[in-house]
Amino acid sequence: MTSIDTAGLKTMFDAIAVAIEADKDRLCQLDGVIGDADHGIAMALGFGAVRDALASLDLAATEPTALLNTAAKSFLNAVGASSGPLYATAFMRGAAAVKGKATLAGADFIALFQAMAQGIQDRGKAEIGEKTMVDAWLPAAQAAAVADAAGKTLSESLTAALEAAERGAEATKDMIAAKGRSSRLGERSLGHTDPGAASAVTVIGAIRKSLG
Amino acid sequence: MTRQVISSSHRFFFEHFKLKGKEAAHACMQILAAREHIGGVKCPSRVEIPVTRCTICENTEIGRMQVQTKKIINDGNRTVDEMLEGILAAHPRHLKSAEGSPRSIIARDGPRQGKVGLVIGGGSGHEPTFLGFVGKGLADAAAIGNVFASPPPDPILECAKAASGSAGVLFMYGNYAGDLMNFDMAAEMAAMDDIDVRTVLTTDDVASAPRNQRQKRRGVAGNFFIFKAAGAACDRMLSFDECERIARKANDHTFTMGVALSPCSLPQTRRPNFEIGPDEMEIGMGIHGEPGIARGKLKTADEITDEMLDKILDEMAPARGDRVAVLVNSLGSTPLMELYIMNRRVKRRLDDIGVSVHATWVGNYCTSLEMAGASVTLMHLDGELQTMLDHPCDCAMFRAG
Repeated sequence: MTSIDTAGLKTMFDAIAVAIEADKDRLCQLDGVIGDADHGIAMALGFGAVRDALASLDLAATEPTALLNTAAKSFLNAVGASSGPLYATAFMRGAAAVKGKATLAGADFIALFQAMAQGIQDRGKAEIGEKTMVDAWLPAAQAAAVADAAGKTLSESLTAALEAAERGAEATKDMIAAKGRSSRLGERSLGHTDPGAASAVTVIGAIRKSLG
Repeated sequence: MTRQVISSSHRFFFEHFKLKGKEAAHACMQILAAREHIGGVKCPSRVEIPVTRCTICENTEIGRMQVQTKKIINDGNRTVDEMLEGILAAHPRHLKSAEGSPRSIIARDGPRQGKVGLVIGGGSGHEPTFLGFVGKGLADAAAIGNVFASPPPDPILECAKAASGSAGVLFMYGNYAGDLMNFDMAAEMAAMDDIDVRTVLTTDDVASAPRNQRQKRRGVAGNFFIFKAAGAACDRMLSFDECERIARKANDHTFTMGVALSPCSLPQTRRPNFEIGPDEMEIGMGIHGEPGIARGKLKTADEITDEMLDKILDEMAPARGDRVAVLVNSLGSTPLMELYIMNRRVKRRLDDIGVSVHATWVGNYCTSLEMAGASVTLMHLDGELQTMLDHPCDCAMFRAG
């Protein structure tokens, strides 16, 4: 039976920070093609700030909700940009979804994961098919929920989420951007992966590796 | 340039030799040399970034190897804070930072009781936009983001608090997704502090969306005119409704078109943020290097200026006898000489159609780091907007009246 405590969540955020830092240049390059080449910087800055903020928490005295709210605030204030409000909202919604719980069972984490994806969509107001991180996050959340409902383990559910995110990110190549800076490109955005969707795959991959 | 390429290649070769052996180093070196040769002559396509994998050592980084750009900085991650320290040192009479919020830059002589506050802001790298326009008669405060990235809500909220004179606060900034989310969150937080916030987005870049989708356009150098008009309305102690109306009207009357000749590079990466051939220009490129509407061979100053003015005048549709204000703006490294050559053509074209120039500004007003290129902005004036542009202001990097 899976049980994730605050320390487990901190380990997860540390893993995301490492994965994003390693992926920083590729994300900047993807963004340079259809945006302003700073997505990797913003993501690395944000998750680096989260790692530093969580390092100063007394984990024994912190519940998952408080940890996630700390992550939200530190990410937002370090980054601004677009990814700041989007990921900060994701973490705050995730925090609300597990309020009052000291440890998270597999289903709790799936609920948290779904709340994150929903938060990103609500804040950015993007729909599927508009070539944004929503194209990775929403299918991932849905796949995780379906797998969980079918009685799969957390590891299996997160693997399903990662595969769905990868497919979603790949599919952004065939989309014309309708939201964010690249939307001004029109058809010239075709053929290129959305950097926000690409970084979502990296984040979800790190979550799966850490918790799976 | 040549010397840099050689030294960076040699370092790469040497490190590779140590790690992967002679054979891999040699193979990588050949691919790298081929890449540099291609890059030096002509980039095959601006939207494809070729990544070449070495068959011997599986290294995929070589296709991305690029010489870093030269910048006078200390630490790529500290550029904004170090710049702010320098700006506050240079302009102590005009500017201060909010207590405990170094990214909130406040006018020393701006906010006052009963006056509508004007808060502007956005990413860094566009100096003197935004903080150079903070001062008496213009903006009361500017929230400063990382390079090309919106500030988060906290510094924006601190600006709103500092600018508030109990008569409402206007948020004005360029229409970008990130700025919208952060400023909207700050506006919600300000409402909790009983500060009434209204938002007017700038959308002056005619190249960024079709005419019937003005609300989708981005805000660029025309910010200067739009903020100036709104700041004057606030300084004249007009009502919140009036300030908002004038701000919107100023935006509706302002049209900008830009052209980029060479890229800029972020201080954290020091890599060019887009690729463009040595003989190419891009019309309509955004101030963060967002691709524009057309790429072509570099033309003469008159041809480039005509191309911009054709589009601007087509939308503005001025009548004979109308008045405009002109801004010829450098995107960073294009010198005054070239800007004035462009302005010569602007004046001739306006003379030809009987439109008079009320005032002209030429120089660095809204830059994109070291990007080469320029923009032309026209503001279609009526009596009210002309009064607002003529209204005196005293900012750190701009004075009028």
